[in-house]
Amino acid sequence: MAEMNMLQAINNALDTAMAANERVLCFGEDVGVFGGVFRATSNLQQKYGRDRCFNTPLVEQGIVGFANGLAAQGSYPVAEIQFADYIFPAFDQIVNESAKFRYRSGNLFDVGGLTIRAPYGGGIAGGLYHSQSPEAYFAHTPGLNVVVPRNPHQAKGLLLGAINDPNPTLFFEPKRLYRASTGEVPDGEYQLPLGKAEVLKEGTDVTVLGWGAQMEVIDKAVEMTEKDGISCEVIDLRSILPWDRETVAASVLKTGRLVITHEAPMTGGFAGEIAAAIQERCFLYLESPITRVTGLDTPFPLVLEKEHLPNHLKVYEAIRESVEF
Amino acid sequence: MTTRKSSTVYSPVFTDGSEHRIPTFKLLKQDGSLYKNGRAPDLDKAEARRIYHAMVTTRVLDERMLAAQRQGRLSFYMQCTGEEAAVIGSTAALSDTDMIMAQYREQGALAYRGFTIDEFMNQLFGNDRDYGKGRQMPVHYGSDRLHYMTISSPLATQISQATGYAYGQKMAGDGACTIVYFGEGAASEGDFHAGLNMAAVHRVPAIFMCRNNGYAISTPVVEQYAGDGIAPRGSGYGMDTIRVDGNDILAVYQATEAARRLAVEDNRPVLIEAMTYRLAAHSSSDDPSGYRSKDEEATWHSKDPILRMKYWLEEREWWSESEEKALQESLRREVLDTMKQAQKRPPPPLESLITDVYDEVPPALDEQFDRLKAHIRRHPDAYPKSAAHVQGGE
Repeated sequence: MAEMNMLQAINNALDTAMAANERVLCFGEDVGVFGGVFRATSNLQQKYGRDRCFNTPLVEQGIVGFANGLAAQGSYPVAEIQFADYIFPAFDQIVNESAKFRYRSGNLFDVGGLTIRAPYGGGIAGGLYHSQSPEAYFAHTPGLNVVVPRNPHQAKGLLLGAINDPNPTLFFEPKRLYRASTGEVPDGEYQLPLGKAEVLKEGTDVTVLGWGAQMEVIDKAVEMTEKDGISCEVIDLRSILPWDRETVAASVLKTGRLVITHEAPMTGGFAGEIAAAIQERCFLYLESPITRVTGLDTPFPLVLEKEHLPNHLKVYEAIRESVEF
Repeated sequence: MTTRKSSTVYSPVFTDGSEHRIPTFKLLKQDGSLYKNGRAPDLDKAEARRIYHAMVTTRVLDERMLAAQRQGRLSFYMQCTGEEAAVIGSTAALSDTDMIMAQYREQGALAYRGFTIDEFMNQLFGNDRDYGKGRQMPVHYGSDRLHYMTISSPLATQISQATGYAYGQKMAGDGACTIVYFGEGAASEGDFHAGLNMAAVHRVPAIFMCRNNGYAISTPVVEQYAGDGIAPRGSGYGMDTIRVDGNDILAVYQATEAARRLAVEDNRPVLIEAMTYRLAAHSSSDDPSGYRSKDEEATWHSKDPILRMKYWLEEREWWSESEEKALQESLRREVLDTMKQAQKRPPPPLESLITDVYDEVPPALDEQFDRLKAHIRRHPDAYPKSAAHVQGGE
């Protein structure tokens, strides 16, 4: 075990995967000798050579198209998109190609080895194009895994899980926590399961659900509500697609209340899907409306970022309203 | 690192590239004789006949299946009439284990590699023997056995994928390459730019084979690009590039053979622009009489690549009129008989709706499937294709 921040854990996961399997390759913009604009791929080219860790031309649709081809050939490409905001040029390759490769070929071909990493989320004065949380766009696409870690231990275990999972995986990294989140990370290989939520804290009054950087916000809000005598059950969803309805539904059947929070805008956000599915499963057990605490339905602003984001105060108020309904 | 000598001028000098027109490589005249300075590639009789057989197979299949679509037996079809030499000639110049990533008008490559009429039919009718389990539209073939990547409809997406696939082949060191086919219309997509630039930068063993057939559905090339076709773009990326007469089987074969050497031995990707003509409609949903003249079509009918090869074979006494007649007749019979069989086969099982989305069916999807089955049991008449699959109580 070693103390690492999230970037070090990601770098360590890539190192572990590349050491274990020579068909694992890392590439993207500035990923090579420079080690990535956030340093997630530091020293990998030096260690594994220019053939296995390299810069690509600046073309996102090309990076993902190239990765699709490599994965179809039997390699394990780990492609980096520099910011999740710039994944949209590759939307066609991801949605029409990666996600449908196995299905459309009747399983003759697949891109199961594919992993796409991208830093996501706000809180770093990134304005419109260095702050977005695009997970809901991809949640509407059968065939993909969408995964978001919340801390260094998760980042390494889930990234290794993603690389080894036999399906294409989008791995969104909360860049606000890249250096802010630190913790103990095992040295060797370990994998955390995809598609499984994690109950971080048991409670009886209300279920509070989120993922990625929002878990830190939830922690602060829950600390405040507990002082008010409200018992919160906290769940990290971890996988947006496929998502773990069983764990969430079991919790809501117990607490009778659900608050979901994410940074992305409300309309069409993934909280909507969760709310609908849980309402179907837990209708007779719900004691208050399912509440969503999200970003506003606006592009991501620069100066009024704090007002836009669903911070701990907004989550705290939502929890109280849910319990007092 | 490549360095290029740059010259300097001291007043603004512009270039549109027109001083570098790319010539067209030709070997075979329409009457089956060679151009004076041309030397035929090293094609033996067996290989030449294999190529010709695939060309005729493709033509017969296309004619019969278009007719079948017109009769309402088939939902959709796309012919590759006029482009048989461009596709089959290039595939023939490769190793049979090189990867083919095609657009959709390359059934000739499959015919050459030995995809059976039965395999074509099963896909076209989406029956229980279709490798694709009836999920895709007709003509979206795929075969792992024949190293032919399953077709998808979005244009040009396979181009950047071919670059990645070829990179993997280079890393594996197995001496194989990838050929990727696309039309001149698809070359306007961003994935063409992405794929070729990345191939040149990363030096992958790939051959980019453009079928420039004059039209993208109704759009003529003058509305597709203003430059000298597709070929100069290859040089712009620093890629070895050649333009060939796409109706000339010998030129296509020789150019591809040389391209494969560059790709596999030196990791130099190559762009080949094959100049040809889409003699048929774009698809069974298109009528070209609305956008081009009969005269233009007649001109290109007189350049038929299959006839051209036939004359060459006959001149060498590698083919005869009686063999031609026998082949045409046996192929027509086989296509018709096989079509009848394929059409009678059952559809894929209902489970094929939900398998292969992921390697395993996720629980939420399984639940949707259970609800569907229960629904079909309640309304069997509304689902004639699958009602039999769900019989038994709820």
